[in-house]
Amino acid sequence: MANMSPKKNPMPSQEPAVRARNFDEVTLGYTREMAIDEAARCLHCKNAPCVNGCPVNIHIPDFIERVKEGDFEGAYGVISLSSSLPAVCGRVCPQETQCESKCVRGIKAEPVGIGRLERFVADYHNEHATGEVAAIPASNGHRVAVVGSGPSGLTCAGDLAKLGYQVTVFEALHLAGGVLVYGIPEFRLPKKIVAKEVEELKRLGVKIETDVVIGKTLTVDELFGMGYEAVFIGSGAGLPRFMGIPGESLKGVYSANEFLTRNNLMKAYRDGSATPILHAKKVAVVGGGNVAMDAARTALRLGAEKVYIVYRRSLEELPARKEEVEHAMEEGIDFRLLQNPVEILGYQNPDDKRDPKNGFVTGIKVIKMALGEPDASGRRRPVEVPGSEEVIDVDCVVISIGTSPNPLIKNTTAGLEVNSHGGIIVEEATGKTSKEGVYAGGDAVTGAATVILAMGAGKTAAKAIDEYLSNK
Amino acid sequence: MYRIVNKRELNPTVTMMDIEAPLVANKAEAGQFIILRVDEDGERIPLTVAGCDREAGTVKIIFQIVGATTALLNRKEVGDFLADFVGPLGRATETEGVKKVCVVGGGVGCAIALPVAEKFHRLGAEVHSIVGFRSKDLLILEDEFRSASTKLTIMTDDGSYGRQGLVTQPLAEALAAGEQYDEVIAIGPLVMMKFVVATCKPYGVKCVVSMNPIMIDGTGMCGGCRLTVGGKTKFACVDGPDFDGYEVDFDEAMMRGATYRDFEKHAYDEACNLFKGEVR
Repeated sequence: MANMSPKKNPMPSQEPAVRARNFDEVTLGYTREMAIDEAARCLHCKNAPCVNGCPVNIHIPDFIERVKEGDFEGAYGVISLSSSLPAVCGRVCPQETQCESKCVRGIKAEPVGIGRLERFVADYHNEHATGEVAAIPASNGHRVAVVGSGPSGLTCAGDLAKLGYQVTVFEALHLAGGVLVYGIPEFRLPKKIVAKEVEELKRLGVKIETDVVIGKTLTVDELFGMGYEAVFIGSGAGLPRFMGIPGESLKGVYSANEFLTRNNLMKAYRDGSATPILHAKKVAVVGGGNVAMDAARTALRLGAEKVYIVYRRSLEELPARKEEVEHAMEEGIDFRLLQNPVEILGYQNPDDKRDPKNGFVTGIKVIKMALGEPDASGRRRPVEVPGSEEVIDVDCVVISIGTSPNPLIKNTTAGLEVNSHGGIIVEEATGKTSKEGVYAGGDAVTGAATVILAMGAGKTAAKAIDEYLSNK
Repeated sequence: MYRIVNKRELNPTVTMMDIEAPLVANKAEAGQFIILRVDEDGERIPLTVAGCDREAGTVKIIFQIVGATTALLNRKEVGDFLADFVGPLGRATETEGVKKVCVVGGGVGCAIALPVAEKFHRLGAEVHSIVGFRSKDLLILEDEFRSASTKLTIMTDDGSYGRQGLVTQPLAEALAAGEQYDEVIAIGPLVMMKFVVATCKPYGVKCVVSMNPIMIDGTGMCGGCRLTVGGKTKFACVDGPDFDGYEVDFDEAMMRGATYRDFEKHAYDEACNLFKGEVR
């Protein structure tokens, strides 16, 4: 008999007032008892609609059944058939628009907490793994190069390594993990989890070459010359976008990428860090995605007294993961919805050109917005309300309105076609690009999207690369 | 890890090193830069390539000790390793079609100007170099410049060597005397480059400057290195570091460069105190 409680087992978390001042993980994870109780809410629908909602089609009812029986390792085995990064996805997937949105329990009440169960199973495995590990596959002698060590690259490399390919991952930064290490903060995704996933890949024989920028240090064509028979490009999103409003070059204006990279990759939040960050008192973050939430909550943890999210649409259109928005609100982030920046204001001492305070941010001028007719994205288009400008006092502004693709690989790879936005054009079913032997996936193709979609693309490409090289 | 194979003090505050980094050495061209970390948990800093030896697989860097990271770097000796050394980044200096060029270098910027002068010289262009330093003690790379230049003018602020004055003086004189340069290229402190541009302007001669803003990844991800060029936001790491001098907003670049001045001063003092403690 299923547990018919209308609500999910709540996720144990650090108290909002406490966690807003530390960088430790916000959510603490289910206990065994909670996990078994939550698993009992699953109705085991025959057609399993949840599986179709998962970009990598994890056999969700099967793993939940094993959790219910207390066979957590068995559950991990089921997830592993489809996903290579369950500890990551259980934490960062937008389950409410994927698996959980299809859950039958969700029609009348809350869906089963599939994401929370996935995380529980992965964490259980990581804590209790007995050291018995899957055998390292025998090499099939084929070499594949993977560009970028983010979610799509790691997934593609892992799947190919399991099939016996000799895989080398090239990473531009000094640490593997891509957005999982430079972008997503410690309090949402502890870096030791990422490090563990990378270690597991190395154990499978994947080589990781850091400090290599493909398109600069080496080109895609040179990789073929070095004996790689196929190349997967998972180079990520790229250059941050700015709004083009006055004041964006003032001191104290960051792109979200820079603000997060300084903290996450370079650990600027730690005392004695060699990398500086401004410890601002009042911060405005412009944008409404997951990255904006991450930046706002990071600013709070760096000691800000007041943090605003400035977003031009309403709460309904806010694209961030629901849990992150809830957490941000609990922590006291002030959501300035239906407002759009028109100018960033800075200090200027009229009498002293050398005043060291000159050029630092003092405020952001916003204008109220109203929602008009739906635009091409189907969302109602925000329009300015004339005469409604207002200045919010802040000493730091973080711009988080998306990215445009990095030009380095496109500019150095003849025959690689990109679309009008600069995204690499691929065949959706395979990840195959216009260039023979070259596959791509993740944000380099789609523009900024999610970890799980990137993983799905890495998986698709791995399968296609295997078919390509098997038939060659 | 990247081994230091050669180290030489050029003056009391400027050091030259050759770093073993074959992949970078294989590709690096004049005008490009690298990013390094001295050790784990270190800061990522950009340094312009001062030369490379493709056969030996080494890249030459020249740096001034201006902060904690460069002080730490200067404490490394031949045989020691750097944690990271990535590149070559940015676009190479464009040399095509230039028959006569004036290369203007200021201070440690001369370290970057030298490979540019050498490349033009190698390609057969007539190279007039103007290099400026505060005083004779700080002069670097004189012999190297002499062999890469058709004509070399050395300036010092205090007149302790060469001519007394700023690099803009001989440039203004040459332009006034009717020198027809295809291009003037300036590499040095922002304020120097700003005035080189102002000197060129009345003559309409093409003027290229090499920018060195704050940077983290250097690959087109963080956006920290943005500049306003021709009214548009540009990224020094992928669009530069060379830009049309007439288009660059120097005042803004100078302002942004001072973002972390307090932090940097503090970190540098801390590092110096630490090193002094070790000596004792």
